[in-house]
Amino acid sequence: MILFDAVTKTYPKATRPALSEVSLEVERGEFVFIVGSSGSGKSTLLRLAIREERATSGAVLVAGRELRTLPDRRVPMLRREIGTVFQDFRLLPNKTVFQNVAFALQVIGKSRALIRQTVPETLRVVGLEGKEKRLPHQLSGGEQQRVAIARAIVNKPAILLADEPTGNLDPATSRAIVELLDRINRSGTTVVMATHDHEIVNDFRRRVIELDAGKLVRDEADGDYGKTTSAIPVVRIAEDDPDPADSVEDGPDAKRATGATGATGATGGQR
Amino acid sequence: MRAGFVLGELGTGLRRNLSMAVSVILVTMISMYLLGLGLLAQRQVDTMKDYWYDRVQVSIFLCVDGSQYAACAGKATTPTQREQIKAQLEQMKPPVKEIFYESQAEAFKRFKEQFKNSPLAEQATERAFADSFRVSLTDAGKYDVIVSSFQGAPGVGRVQDQKQLLDRFFAFMNAVSWGAIALSALMVLCAILLMATTIRQTAFSRRRETGIMRLVGASNATIQLPFVLETLVSALIGASLAMGLLWATVSYGVGGYLSKALMDTAFIGMTDVFAVAPWVVGGVAIVAVLTSWFTLRRYLRV
Repeated sequence: MILFDAVTKTYPKATRPALSEVSLEVERGEFVFIVGSSGSGKSTLLRLAIREERATSGAVLVAGRELRTLPDRRVPMLRREIGTVFQDFRLLPNKTVFQNVAFALQVIGKSRALIRQTVPETLRVVGLEGKEKRLPHQLSGGEQQRVAIARAIVNKPAILLADEPTGNLDPATSRAIVELLDRINRSGTTVVMATHDHEIVNDFRRRVIELDAGKLVRDEADGDYGKTTSAIPVVRIAEDDPDPADSVEDGPDAKRATGATGATGATGGQR
Repeated sequence: MRAGFVLGELGTGLRRNLSMAVSVILVTMISMYLLGLGLLAQRQVDTMKDYWYDRVQVSIFLCVDGSQYAACAGKATTPTQREQIKAQLEQMKPPVKEIFYESQAEAFKRFKEQFKNSPLAEQATERAFADSFRVSLTDAGKYDVIVSSFQGAPGVGRVQDQKQLLDRFFAFMNAVSWGAIALSALMVLCAILLMATTIRQTAFSRRRETGIMRLVGASNATIQLPFVLETLVSALIGASLAMGLLWATVSYGVGGYLSKALMDTAFIGMTDVFAVAPWVVGGVAIVAVLTSWFTLRRYLRV
């Protein structure tokens, strides 16, 4: 489903490559955790998989496409087969839950009949029945992330990529979110989740790929979070807030991530 | 993408960006009004040319006693010379269409009539006028044939072409209309810059929305379409308003006032506005689409 062959990615003006000679393969239907400290290249790996970035060298194959040679006009078709979830949810604040999820189908030209049928189904899957008419700011952080997941899977993609989906959530909510991702995985979707959350990785016992300074240092089935290089602040990073150092990888969205954290904190407090 | 969804998003976009849309509408309106005025002024010149060139005559002034024309050498034209000139003119049909003879007394009378409200009429004396042949031509451009045949001929004082006088007036009108067009070009530049700025602003304020569209695999056309449509709709509204203003100007200004005040001249009418309108509106549409396309290529990552 996803194949990286000796992939190196060097950002312009960067001193060292964000990813260096990474090779890995994710089979259809797998659930993979990608772990590593901030700046280790997790987000870059995900961004390469949706062709947000092009690899400097090496081959990236996703859903049967070679991404380095994929022409720009074909990129939308690739992304229709991949759902993406982020730490900061990225919901449209002036659209309701239903509209946020429907938006993903509307902009790829799906019929109204299909939308009316699929969106409520998907909202049921993620456990948001009865909240269709809420606006994002009326939801808790966990619920907002469920909306984002619903939006990512409403078009029934083969692959679901999650970039620290629990980074803004408390441990209990985080667990519920990963359980949801696990359920989606069991229905056949390949799930790749980048995370800092060592408890979740240790509890779920799935395949773990560890990156360190852009290099793949560990790839084991049934793995744990491991020690990782930034051993001391791991717990704090996982449970508190997104690591600001990640902004290098997150690019233009970094500021928004910080903003969303504040908003989520406030909403979380009400509930 | 579904038409209903596109229209809905277009409506929301314009409402959220109302002040920007209004500024684009107004700037487009003013620039297109100026452009329209310039184009209509040119058509006015053409209309007047058609009207007047049919009526211009070449005057062949003859000599009178004590004539001021150097060619006369102070001697009046003899009846033989006059007959000769007439015969020669008769032979030149075409381009000569009609020949009128106007005596000194008739010319004086006509002058007095034309300038009856002016002090000139009281100061003028009959001696300042001359007998003349007035020649109308089938083609106003052929006047130099007459000039070359009669200038300096015996008994001819001077050959004068009214077209030359008119041309000076038309040249002035033309300059004014080009001035309006140049001004409107400047305004069009303003409109283009404003559209580009508007799109940049909008692209920035909607970066989350467009980001999601990209992530879920919306095509580039789908992502860009709302921006192009919003610009296009604003610009077209502006152009339509400009055409409305032009219509009002021609209908009330020219049709309702000028043509009544100056009865003996032809003026442009509504047909001229309708002839100009499609070019202006079409031009605006092309400019709006091209501007948004270039701006989006630069400022909206897809």
